[in-house]
Amino acid sequence: MIDVDALNVRFGHGTRGVHAVKDVSFKVNKGESFGLVGESGSGKSTVLRAITGLLHHVAHINGNMTVAGEDQGHKRSQRFRRRVQMVFQDPYGSLHPRHTVYQILSEPARIHKMGNIDSRVLRRLEEVGLDASFRFRYPHQISGGQRQRVAVARALITEPDIVLLDEPTSALDVSVQAEVLNLLTRLQRERELTYVLVSHNLAVVGHMCEGLAVMQHGEVVETMTVDQLRDNTPTHPYTKRLLRASLGYDRSALESLEEETP
Amino acid sequence: MQDAPLLTVEDLHVSFDTPKGVVEAVRGVSFELGREKLGIVGESGSGKSQTGRALLGLLAARGHARAKRVEFDGIDLLRADERTMRTIRGDRISMIMQDPKYSLNPVMTVGKQIEEAYLVHTKASGKEARERTLEMLEAVRIRDPRRVYQAYPHEVSGGMGQRIMIAMMMIPQPDIIIADEPTSALDVTVQLQVLAILDDMVTQHGMGLIFISHDLNLVASFCDRVLIMYAGQVMEVRNADDLQHAEHPYTRGLMRCLPQVGDSGRELPVLERDSAWSEYQESSRD
Repeated sequence: MIDVDALNVRFGHGTRGVHAVKDVSFKVNKGESFGLVGESGSGKSTVLRAITGLLHHVAHINGNMTVAGEDQGHKRSQRFRRRVQMVFQDPYGSLHPRHTVYQILSEPARIHKMGNIDSRVLRRLEEVGLDASFRFRYPHQISGGQRQRVAVARALITEPDIVLLDEPTSALDVSVQAEVLNLLTRLQRERELTYVLVSHNLAVVGHMCEGLAVMQHGEVVETMTVDQLRDNTPTHPYTKRLLRASLGYDRSALESLEEETP
Repeated sequence: MQDAPLLTVEDLHVSFDTPKGVVEAVRGVSFELGREKLGIVGESGSGKSQTGRALLGLLAARGHARAKRVEFDGIDLLRADERTMRTIRGDRISMIMQDPKYSLNPVMTVGKQIEEAYLVHTKASGKEARERTLEMLEAVRIRDPRRVYQAYPHEVSGGMGQRIMIAMMMIPQPDIIIADEPTSALDVTVQLQVLAILDDMVTQHGMGLIFISHDLNLVASFCDRVLIMYAGQVMEVRNADDLQHAEHPYTRGLMRCLPQVGDSGRELPVLERDSAWSEYQESSRD
């Protein structure tokens, strides 16, 4: 479904340029979830943005991308934009503050000239577990978890095959995170969605995905299956460090980390 | 822990006047803090941050705090006048905020800011303050203290910003540090380093630390004791290593709903909130 081969993203020119993504390659099959893990600045979100075509005006992009059966050059087709949707990290920032939930959900359907907009909006709201009355509300009138549900509904309105998830639960409390993760799992099963999930949280990626790539300084340092992650058998030292650090505070872990880092 | 507690909080209430009426953010919180690391865990809106802020009189203008007793070294913090509070705040009890980007002064060099914190609370000379500042920067494991001394906050990374904030708060050698989500904005590996610095400071100087966080796992691994808050009240107090045996359904629910590596597709148990948890429990100790 998604085949990214030797993707390179550069911002700016010459000595002041930044090589944000270096030779990143991965494949995701239909109906699977693939995770991109890394710390801030590792380039994981940039990979997602490069896939969507959001970066072509601001960055130099090389490499081959095949998404949903089409080779993706610099321009994205209307069909691509319908089939590939994105959910962003911050439900406060990614929904229009002066649009009602109905306006937010109906706009993509209108752009893609889809019919029965009213019934689509109602069905999507139901699917994400929100009452029909929510369509009259503004984003500031609903909670963070409900907002992220609206963001998921907005992504689903065009009936996509691929949903790109950029830190979808990082801004949420753990109890709300559980609800949103359950929602994403259920929707994937029902609609055979393909997910690419970007997160700094190894537990979230390990819970949602079958495979994952660990990124550091723009490079994929290790690609592994979730079984390898569970059995704790990473090969790259950075992955080991990340795994240990994500288990919580551990003095001995820190000391061994510091010995490893020059 | 055997000696008298550093801080005793008894039946603390924090309320806010809003156009829609009075909101009770904290309702009857009591705890004692010794020379230890005490974690306060809760979700957004549980009142954990307001508890921390109330201790230092740092509530927003519309907030009111009242309590039977908030005692620190024989002083009742809620009844002390502003003059007394100024001798305590920063000097004897200080607070580390979540985000160094917003809490450091953007137009002042790092060194000057830390020096200021020292000069306000001591009668030291400028030269002495500078030396102490450089020492402190070294103590929080900044490799090149002289360079960082001259840097502005925007020129340093988030992890370094947080170390700078710790240095600033530690330089007057307070008895108690209140840290409100000090590592939430940091990457996990950096988080570990920052926690280790806090840990050292607390153990070496025999301070008390109140560590406010939403991350139950982190608090359980870092702190000695954990206070779990929900809807402005304390649900449960546990020793951190005993958290697996938590009895309160809220604590158990919080622990269960965390995703785990390799449980793909498993439905996460969703926290069922019991309305009884948020009912106000009259403080039992009188």
